[in-house]
Amino acid sequence: MQTLRKCHPETLDGLGYPAGFVHGLLDPDCPTPALVAGPNGKAADKRFNVYRNNVTVSLIDALAAVFPATMRITGEAFFRAMARFHIRKAPPTSPLLFEYGRDFPDFIEHYEYAQSMPWLADVARIERAWLDAYHAADAAVLEAGPLALIPPERLSDLVFVAHPATRIVRSAYPAVTIFSANRASDPVGRIDATAPESALVTRPALEVEVRLLPPGVDTFLDGLIAGEPLGNAAATASTCCLEFDLSAAIRMMLEAGAVAAIQQGG
Amino acid sequence: MPKLAIHADRSASGTLRFPAHPIDGLAGTSFKHQHLPSILADGDRDDGFFEVHAENYMGAGGPPHAALARIREDYPVSLHGVCMSIGGPQPLDKAHLGRFAQLVERYEPALVSEHLAWSTHNTTYYNDLLPLPYTETTLRRVAEHINEVQVAIRRPLLLENPSTYVRFKESTMSETAFIREIVRRTGCGLLLDINNVFVSATNQDYSALEYLSDYPLEHVGEIHLAGHAEQEDDEGDRLLIDSHDGPVADDVWRLFDIVVDRCGPIPTLIEWDSAIPEWPVLKAEAKAAQAILDRYAALQRERKHANA
Ligand SMILES: [Fe+2]
Repeated sequence: MQTLRKCHPETLDGLGYPAGFVHGLLDPDCPTPALVAGPNGKAADKRFNVYRNNVTVSLIDALAAVFPATMRITGEAFFRAMARFHIRKAPPTSPLLFEYGRDFPDFIEHYEYAQSMPWLADVARIERAWLDAYHAADAAVLEAGPLALIPPERLSDLVFVAHPATRIVRSAYPAVTIFSANRASDPVGRIDATAPESALVTRPALEVEVRLLPPGVDTFLDGLIAGEPLGNAAATASTCCLEFDLSAAIRMMLEAGAVAAIQQGG
Repeated sequence: MPKLAIHADRSASGTLRFPAHPIDGLAGTSFKHQHLPSILADGDRDDGFFEVHAENYMGAGGPPHAALARIREDYPVSLHGVCMSIGGPQPLDKAHLGRFAQLVERYEPALVSEHLAWSTHNTTYYNDLLPLPYTETTLRRVAEHINEVQVAIRRPLLLENPSTYVRFKESTMSETAFIREIVRRTGCGLLLDINNVFVSATNQDYSALEYLSDYPLEHVGEIHLAGHAEQEDDEGDRLLIDSHDGPVADDVWRLFDIVVDRCGPIPTLIEWDSAIPEWPVLKAEAKAAQAILDRYAALQRERKHANA
């Protein structure tokens, strides 16, 4: 009886119908709710299955729309099975489906059948960041001009305002190369990359851009986004990465539209 | 009968940022971003309107807003909410209602609508239009929700009838009686989805024509037409699914003809949300609806002329 009570809690005030309806929507073990029927004494099992199917399929479709490269890598059947597990465990908590799937990369990371693809979760993280950038607030990007006017001795004190779309995703795997190959429409060739990669995701105008960051630039930009002065961020990047090239990093930051403005020190 | 001010030509604040394209007598289509280049290229700006799902424009910025602003410049737009959960017992999500009201303010839509259904329970969003029992208790709650929405958007809402697959044993009134009473209590308008009428009538074993004769047609501010799919119920009888993935069925066109004959040329939308065809196919479906609307518009003018 425990199962039945979980599936169909009793309601007394005439407003408890959602509680009696929802359990079966994502739990195939729950029977058709007792509070519904077909017309003229007809059964309601296949009828209720329409709702079960609408909910499950539309949520799997929602994840497929957010993570197309991930699905291309795993194949559709694998992806949909994995997504089904996830939506049952973590259905959306917001009616805005473009916000859905934030926990999905973590789920993939621990998903038993995806353990042979340790980079898959990071590809999914880049895809989630891509969609966040897509919907981020519109803002102008900092151009090279204003920066060129700053006397060199004052550069290291500059603090920037990150552009609302800017995201950095770090991976211990070549996730950016794998992401790029699988988001494009061309056939995916052999991928030889093995080194860790970090992605810079930006949207300077209406197109989302994803770049592979050279060594140290992820640390540098992370520092700037966190509000550190340019000098500090560059020093941290140089310490952790000997190849870090500050002028190339600044060029890439401007070209990608990663920052919106100079906040102080200008 | 007093005519409902269902269409707003200007935002409540009185500032008009977009042209006030009238929507009366027009057929429209669901707005899909992949069609935008074709829509702009064919430049047929003299008619038609577009309907958007409000939730797709609740992000902060980016391409969705750019596309909607672009289309709104040239065409009337209908703002269609799909997940307010008006038909659920729990309080409306205030943040969501705020976002909805903001879109109404920002885009000055010609029509604003939502569903007689629910989709959120506690904090879980189920992404489907789920059914409710029709009782005095649910009626009171739904009416409160509609009033709350109308206060927030500062204009009447059009409420859409659902496609249903089951009935609630506890229901004490018909869907049409429920809707009629909602209109009386809230002053809302109606979005009559004729495909939903046909789907529900088939699934619930009642006559679509009887449904329409019990339905308060005089309050309809918009019509939806869409395609449906077919399955079987437990007894092996036809069970129709509101799939929005194909052309409008002949039966639905016939009902449309009857409704337009009674109500006149009401703004009519072709809903096509999955297996979306190329723009010319969708546009042709809207043109078919437009031809019927135009025929009855001409007839209406003749009748008026004859009476004068
Ligand atoms: Fe509809």
